[in-house]
Amino acid sequence: MLENMNVVITGHVDHGKSTVIGRLMADTGSLPDGKLEQVKANCARNSKPFEYAFLLDALKDEQSQGITIDSARVFFKSEKRHYIIIDAPGHIEFLKNMITGAARAEAAFLCIDAEEGVQENSRRHGYMLSMLGIKQMCVLVNKMDLVDYDRKVYKSIVRKYSRFLRNIKMHDVSFIPVSGMEGDNIASLSDNMSWWKGDTVLTLIDKFKKEKAPDDMAFRMPVQDVYKFTAMGDSRRIIAGTISTGTLKDGDELAFYPSGKMSRVSGIENFGGENPDTVSSGMATGFTMTEQIYAKRGNLVARAGEKQPQTGNVMRVNLFWLGREPFVKDKEYILKTGSERVRMRLFDTMKVIDASNLNSDGMKKMVERHDVADCVLTTQRPIAFDIVEDFPQTSRFVIVDGYEIAGGGIIREVIRDNQAEYRDKVMDRNLKWDIGNITRDKRSEAFGHRPSLVLVGGPEDFRKAQYAKSLEQRLFDEGNKVYYLGVRNVLAGLDADMTVKRHHLYPEDREEMIRRLAELANILMDVGIILVATVSELTYDERETFRMSVSPIEVQTIWVGSTDGSDVEADYTIEDAGTAEDHLETVVKLLKDSGVGK
Amino acid sequence: MLWMARKAFYGHVPFPLVHIDTHYKIPEMIEYRDRLTREWKLPMVYGENKTALDAKQTFPDGNVDRITCCRLLKSEALKNTLNGDWPRYRFNHEADEYQVDKDTEAYTGVIVGVRSDEEGSRSKERYFSPRDTENTWDVGDQPPEFWNQFKTDFAPGTHVRIHPLLDWTETNVWEYIEKEKIPTVSLYYDQGEGKRYRSLGCGPCTHSVESTAKDVPDIIAELRSGKFANIAERSGRAQDKEDGGGLETLRREGYM
Repeated sequence: MLENMNVVITGHVDHGKSTVIGRLMADTGSLPDGKLEQVKANCARNSKPFEYAFLLDALKDEQSQGITIDSARVFFKSEKRHYIIIDAPGHIEFLKNMITGAARAEAAFLCIDAEEGVQENSRRHGYMLSMLGIKQMCVLVNKMDLVDYDRKVYKSIVRKYSRFLRNIKMHDVSFIPVSGMEGDNIASLSDNMSWWKGDTVLTLIDKFKKEKAPDDMAFRMPVQDVYKFTAMGDSRRIIAGTISTGTLKDGDELAFYPSGKMSRVSGIENFGGENPDTVSSGMATGFTMTEQIYAKRGNLVARAGEKQPQTGNVMRVNLFWLGREPFVKDKEYILKTGSERVRMRLFDTMKVIDASNLNSDGMKKMVERHDVADCVLTTQRPIAFDIVEDFPQTSRFVIVDGYEIAGGGIIREVIRDNQAEYRDKVMDRNLKWDIGNITRDKRSEAFGHRPSLVLVGGPEDFRKAQYAKSLEQRLFDEGNKVYYLGVRNVLAGLDADMTVKRHHLYPEDREEMIRRLAELANILMDVGIILVATVSELTYDERETFRMSVSPIEVQTIWVGSTDGSDVEADYTIEDAGTAEDHLETVVKLLKDSGVGK
Repeated sequence: MLWMARKAFYGHVPFPLVHIDTHYKIPEMIEYRDRLTREWKLPMVYGENKTALDAKQTFPDGNVDRITCCRLLKSEALKNTLNGDWPRYRFNHEADEYQVDKDTEAYTGVIVGVRSDEEGSRSKERYFSPRDTENTWDVGDQPPEFWNQFKTDFAPGTHVRIHPLLDWTETNVWEYIEKEKIPTVSLYYDQGEGKRYRSLGCGPCTHSVESTAKDVPDIIAELRSGKFANIAERSGRAQDKEDGGGLETLRREGYM
C-alpha cells in the first residue's frame, strides 16, 4: 500500500499556485479522461486563452462529476505516495484559511513569481509555515518563461529568499525554477533551462520525508476525560486521551501535572480486542491506575524517569493573531493548550513583528490582525506545558477571544514569578532577556550541576576573601565550574565611577554597587557557574536584592567573623574567623545538601 | 461513526444516536438500524417531518421537486429534531419499541460522518463547524483550525456539527470496516445481478451502480484501482445534481 502525505502549496496571490498544480495533474496523466480537451474547447468557444489554472477551477465546479478535487484539496498519486495537495489561498484576507490548510500538511511548496519577486505574502506564508512547525519546504520560482529563463533572476530570488528563511530558522528548504504555464521542470526537466539539472516538482515531492511518529520522545498525554461508567455497571475508572509524544507501557509510573501527583498504570484498556501492553504517539487510548489520585481534563501526564513538563502561570511566547479585534492588555481571554483551558491575559508585548517584512516594533503595545508577536502571557492559575525547544507538540496553544479562536502560538520559556513582591524592574529585565540557544537547563546538564550563588559576608577585613578562595578551590577540585569574585574587583572596574572613602561608598553609591553586583551575579547564573562572592557588611536588604535578581536560584549565605550589628541570618556562621578553615568540610556538605555543586 | 463511538467510550454510547427518518429509506437500512439498537442496547432516537409526510408534500408523491423534498424531510426534520420542537421517538428497550421521548431539550452538538471527498461543499467543512440558530452555515467565514485545537465556544442558541471523519476517503472507510470487521448492510454488495449500492439514501432518489463487488475486499479493490477510482461515491444520489449545486444549497440551510 502506498504512503499518504499532505502537502500544502502557498505563496503570494497570483504567483501561480493553481497553474502549477493544474500542470502537474495534466502532465502526469492524473486528470480524468477528456478533461483537458474539454476545458481547452471551452476556452476556445469563449475565445479566451487556455490556462492550466482553469483546469483546477473547472474541476472545482464539477463536483457532481465526482472528481475528488475542490477549492482546498487535490488528490494526486505518484509512484511512491498518495498525496493530498492543499491549495492554500494567497490573499491576506484568507490567512486563517491558509493556516487551517497548512496546519494539516507535512511539507510545503511556496510559489514565487520570478518577475514580481519576493512579495509580502511570500514572506508572511514562509513565516507562518515555520511557526506552524512545518520543517520541509520547496520554493518554486515560477513564471521563469516571463524572465527568459534567466538563471541570474532565479539566483537572485534564491539568495534573497534564503536570507529571509535563515532569519526565521527554516533550514530544510530546496528551490526549483519552474514555469507552470509552459510546464518547465514540473513533471520533466526543461530544455528551456539547460542550466538546471536538479529536481522537478514531480521528483521533489517524493523526496519530502515522512515525519516519524514521535514515539521515542518523552511521554506526554493531555487528559481528555476521566471515564466513570458506574451507572452502566462498569467499575473501571479510565483516564482517556490521545498520546502526543512518547510511549506508554503497562506498569509505568506516571506524574500528573501541574500538581505532579504520581500513580502507576494498572492496565491499558481497549474495547473489542485484547488490551495492549504498549501504546504510542498519535493513539487515542485509556488506562486505569493502581492509586486513584485526583486527575481531570486539562492535566498533562508524563512518565517518571523522563523529562518532565514545565508548570507556571507566566510564559514568554511567540504568537500570530487572526482576530478582527486586536490582542490587548487589560482584557481577559481563554488560553487552550492540549486539553487545558484557562483564563489568560496579555502581560506585555516585547516586540510586534510584521511577518511580511520582519520589521519589528518594540514599542507597540497591542497585537493586530495578521501580526506576529513576542510577548508575555499570564494565566489565572499555573498550568502544565512544554517549551518549544523540548517538545513542540505540547508547547502549542491557541487564544480564544469571545467565542472565536483568535490567535495561536508556541511557548518559548517559563518566567518564574511566584513571589508577589517581585519587583517590576527585575520583572521587566527578565522579560526583555534575550536567551541564546543554550538554556540554563542545558548548561546544568553539561556542567553536571546547577548555577548557584554563595555570598560570603562579614566585617570589613581580609578573612572573608581568604575563606571564599578556599571554598572556590575546594569546589573546583571536586569538578565544579566555580568562580570567586571579590567585591574589590568590582569596585576597581565596574564601579570605577564611584568614590571610595576609607573603604566605604556613599549610601546611594553602595545601593547602586549592590544592584550592579546583583546584575553581574545574575549574568553569571545564566552562564551556569557557582559564584562565590564576598560582600563586606552585607545587610538583609542587600541580600534580598541578590535574591530577587537571581531568582529562582537560591542564595546561600556564609558569614565569616563577628555578627555584631548584622541583621543577616546566614545559612552558616563562623564567628571565630581564625578557625574558618576548620569549617570547610561542614560548609561544603551544607552547600551540597542545598543543591550547590556536585 | 457508531463503531468509533463504542470504541472511544469502551462499549458505552453516552449520547443519543439520532436518525432522521424520511420513511422512504430502503427498508433494509431501517432493519439494520433497529437490529443494532437491540443488539448493542443503543440509545436510539429518530425524528421525522410528520406534517409533510401526512400532507404528501414529497417528491415520490409527485407534489414537490427533489430539492424541496430533501429540504422538508431532511433539513426541516433535522432542525426541529435537534432543537426539540418536534417529537423525538426513543427506543425503549424494555417495551421493545419506539416511544415519544420525554427529553425535549435542544441538542447543542451533533457528530456527523460527512467527509471532504464526498462533494465540493463538504470539502470546505471544518472538523468543528458552527451553525447559527437557523442551522445555517456560513461557508465564507469559518473558524480556523490548527494543532488539534478547534472552535469549542459557542453563543447560546447555536449548535456545532462535529465531523471526525472529514479527512477520511471512501476507501479509508471500507479499509476500516475490513480491519474492524464492522457489520454492514447487504445493499452494498452485488447479490449476483451485477448491481450494488455505493451510497445509501432514500429509495426513490438513490440508484445502484453496476458492480460485481461481492464483499469488502472486492469493494476496496474496486475503489483503489478499479472502475470507481475516478467516479464519485455520491454519483448515484440524484439531489446532488439538481440546479447545479443541490447539495451545497441544501447544506447551507442545514442539511448534513
